[in-house]
Amino acid sequence: MSTHPRRLVTALGLAVVLAGCGSPASSSDVAPGSADGKLTGTLTVLAAASLTDVFTGLGDRLMAEHRSLEVRFSFAGSSALATQIVQGAPADVFASANESQMRVVTDAGLEAGAPTLFAENVLEIAVPPGNPGRVTGLADFADPDLALAICAADVPCGAAARQVFEAAGVTAAPDTEEEDVRAALTKVELGEVDAALVYASDVRSAGSAVEGIPFPEAEEAVNAYPICILGAAPNPDAARAFVDLVRSEEGQAALEGAGFRPQAS
Amino acid sequence: MTLDASIALRLGSLDLVVDLTVADGDVLAVLGPNGAGKSTLLRVLAGLLRPDGGTVTVDGATWDDGATHLPPHRRPLGVVFQDSLLFPHLSVGDNVAFGLRTRGVRKAPARAAAAAWLARVGLDGLGDRRPAELSGGQAQRAALARALVGDPALLLLDEPLSALDARTRLTVRAELRRHLAEFGGSTVLVTHDPVDAMALADRVLVVEHGRVVQAGTPDEVNRRPRTDYVARLVGLSLLPGTGDGRSVRLDGGGVVAVGEETAGPVFAAVRPESVALYLARPEGSPRNVWPARLAGATPHGTTVRCELAGEVPLVADVTATAFAELGLVPGADVWATVKASEVAVYAR
Amino acid sequence: MSRRERTVPAPLLVPAGLAVLFLVLPLLGLVLRAPWSAIGPTLAEPEVGQALRLSLVSATLATVLSLLLGVPLAWVLARSRVRGRSVLRALVTVPLVLPPVVGGVALFLVLGRQGIVGRWLFEQFDVTIPFTTTAVVIAETFVAMPFLVISVEGALRAADTRFEDVAATLGADRWTTFRKVTLPLVAPGVAAGAVLCWARALGEFGATITFAGNFPGTTQTMPLAVYLALQRDPEAAIVLSLLLLVVSLATLLLLRDRWLGRVAP
Repeated sequence: MSTHPRRLVTALGLAVVLAGCGSPASSSDVAPGSADGKLTGTLTVLAAASLTDVFTGLGDRLMAEHRSLEVRFSFAGSSALATQIVQGAPADVFASANESQMRVVTDAGLEAGAPTLFAENVLEIAVPPGNPGRVTGLADFADPDLALAICAADVPCGAAARQVFEAAGVTAAPDTEEEDVRAALTKVELGEVDAALVYASDVRSAGSAVEGIPFPEAEEAVNAYPICILGAAPNPDAARAFVDLVRSEEGQAALEGAGFRPQAS
Repeated sequence: MTLDASIALRLGSLDLVVDLTVADGDVLAVLGPNGAGKSTLLRVLAGLLRPDGGTVTVDGATWDDGATHLPPHRRPLGVVFQDSLLFPHLSVGDNVAFGLRTRGVRKAPARAAAAAWLARVGLDGLGDRRPAELSGGQAQRAALARALVGDPALLLLDEPLSALDARTRLTVRAELRRHLAEFGGSTVLVTHDPVDAMALADRVLVVEHGRVVQAGTPDEVNRRPRTDYVARLVGLSLLPGTGDGRSVRLDGGGVVAVGEETAGPVFAAVRPESVALYLARPEGSPRNVWPARLAGATPHGTTVRCELAGEVPLVADVTATAFAELGLVPGADVWATVKASEVAVYAR
Repeated sequence: MSRRERTVPAPLLVPAGLAVLFLVLPLLGLVLRAPWSAIGPTLAEPEVGQALRLSLVSATLATVLSLLLGVPLAWVLARSRVRGRSVLRALVTVPLVLPPVVGGVALFLVLGRQGIVGRWLFEQFDVTIPFTTTAVVIAETFVAMPFLVISVEGALRAADTRFEDVAATLGADRWTTFRKVTLPLVAPGVAAGAVLCWARALGEFGATITFAGNFPGTTQTMPLAVYLALQRDPEAAIVLSLLLLVVSLATLLLLRDRWLGRVAP
């Protein structure tokens, strides 16, 4: 049973043709995924759930450019994805929400080339619209009268939450330790908790359903997102093109728009 | 102090209209074929079905009329069903005590009364058994004890013997007869077996297609059946006709000589053992002699029951020896004779 | 009753054998892969005992609640002539087909702080249900009760109603008849339904983690603990799964001997 959002993007891209974003496939080999600089076949990207909106948009962009390319995504928790890769899931690209799960893959020697960081994410306090609990900062998480959600210590957002609490000297009194960050966010959206500690990107993705409150201690737990092409990638050219797109100016702008901090130099 | 019922009920294809009266201490047998409405009638008396119209009163208390319907659990009655229907999850003793417990009797006296009744029906000491450990006859005796332990005003018996094998049926019937004689309330016995009716009932009500077709003492019904169904049950050939002096002109054609003066619409009834069969027209001048064809023959103990087709349809019982000596086979042409004095005749 | 030796026809034997393999092999996998050295330390963690106790208590309470509410409902479905009975039956079995997570969200919408009933409870009595053990029991009952209702309804339909007629002629009103005759007659069906219900409640995950959240000692049942352990330490997850398996099997076997054994020797 999975509670992770999972979306397969199979739609053909819009008929948008952009000049200047040339084919990054530099190899002169005639790989299965590349013919005359055009990418074909299927590209499979396993990505952390928090990247759902940004990556779906970037995938559409790539498909619009390469009409015979199909980009498929599997969005889930990074640890679930890392386990799938180690168990032999056929995929081209892995984008993790943290370096430890990327390490699971690199320790198994399943990457092609070193992973690169492409984004950062920091925690933010998410509150329902109008902030009914009048939450102002991290210290409010010690208030036993408020309904509060954080992530379980076993998942990355929970580990990060504990780091910032420690840094701020706050003894948190949460009512629930959610299994992932989306579940925590959902409870804010439903108004069932007064505040939850989630990532800035999650606050942005929820639109007007939640309000975000940044706090300085968030810098104690900056989360870096690595991406890599997998060694067994069936479509390495398309994989290269997708990674380049993520790290391009356009990709970085999309990430920033979604609440991430750009990282690629 | 009686049961008085006048019931009208439509249920599916059944259209039941029955009036009946049973005096205290009396047993009324309701006799009829399957689907005649006997069991429906019993369910109405028990209160399990509400009649469309009519009344049921017992000892002057109204159980059913247009305005009231006393639910079954408020009626002082006992019912014995065909399959005993002892509760499988209770011991035999608790089954018998059930009716007392629901009516507020404490556990100890209820147990004692149940044990006493079990002894009365010959099941002394079997109170701790499970119903599954009883034979069919024992189960039916326990069911009788369960129905009678509360001293009901009305006892209803629904084919109480038909699930038993022939030998057990004889014993249980005899015991039932004794218990019914001791029982002070009214009893209604539903059965399709004329022997039950004859052996147990003071009066018999014959119901066919939801209507009473005959009522009387068992002897009357036995000797003077008014429908083919009853006639067949009691083993008579029933010949409807019109009386004309010492003979009856049959509705189906032919004339039967009878031993007494008669007039108007009547039944002539002939017992199978009164009919004699011959291969050739018999000598002398018997007044009732008819040609017939042997339509069927069924061995019946030491006799063979012969179905005769012809102008006057009859059933004849001949000894197996005679049957063999005559060399009878189905389809054979025979002559049938009956003495006029052997023909019962009674008004329709 | 015939005691004839029953030989299994080959067309039944083969699929039956496959079914056994299909059901047993995954369990066998758990046992074979069990990290025996990790069992001791994992079981020694105080949270494990808490989660196990909470699981057993809440599943049992959910079963009791299901019996109290579900048996009467089954009676209505099987015996009454209420109009729209088939619609009612379809409605009460909805939780069977509803993804449990959706069930959890639906419970929020009714019993949550912002829910139709929950808001009133909160404003009038300052009572909030989500994130409490009560919420765990409610979520488990919601998901598990249909199993009981369907079992008991089937048993009631198969029961001989003439026994109820007999009881009525022996002076028992409908309630007494139900208690003294109907219920004992369908006891095996009720027992089977209760076992199914308990097992389903014990394994409940989706509705519980959504509606009750996850907090050790209050709402973290074994399935939640297993799921979260899987995020961090798959070996611990296997140990916890085995523990849940052993405890539930032991309970069911014990019950079968004491309870079912008496009804059907």
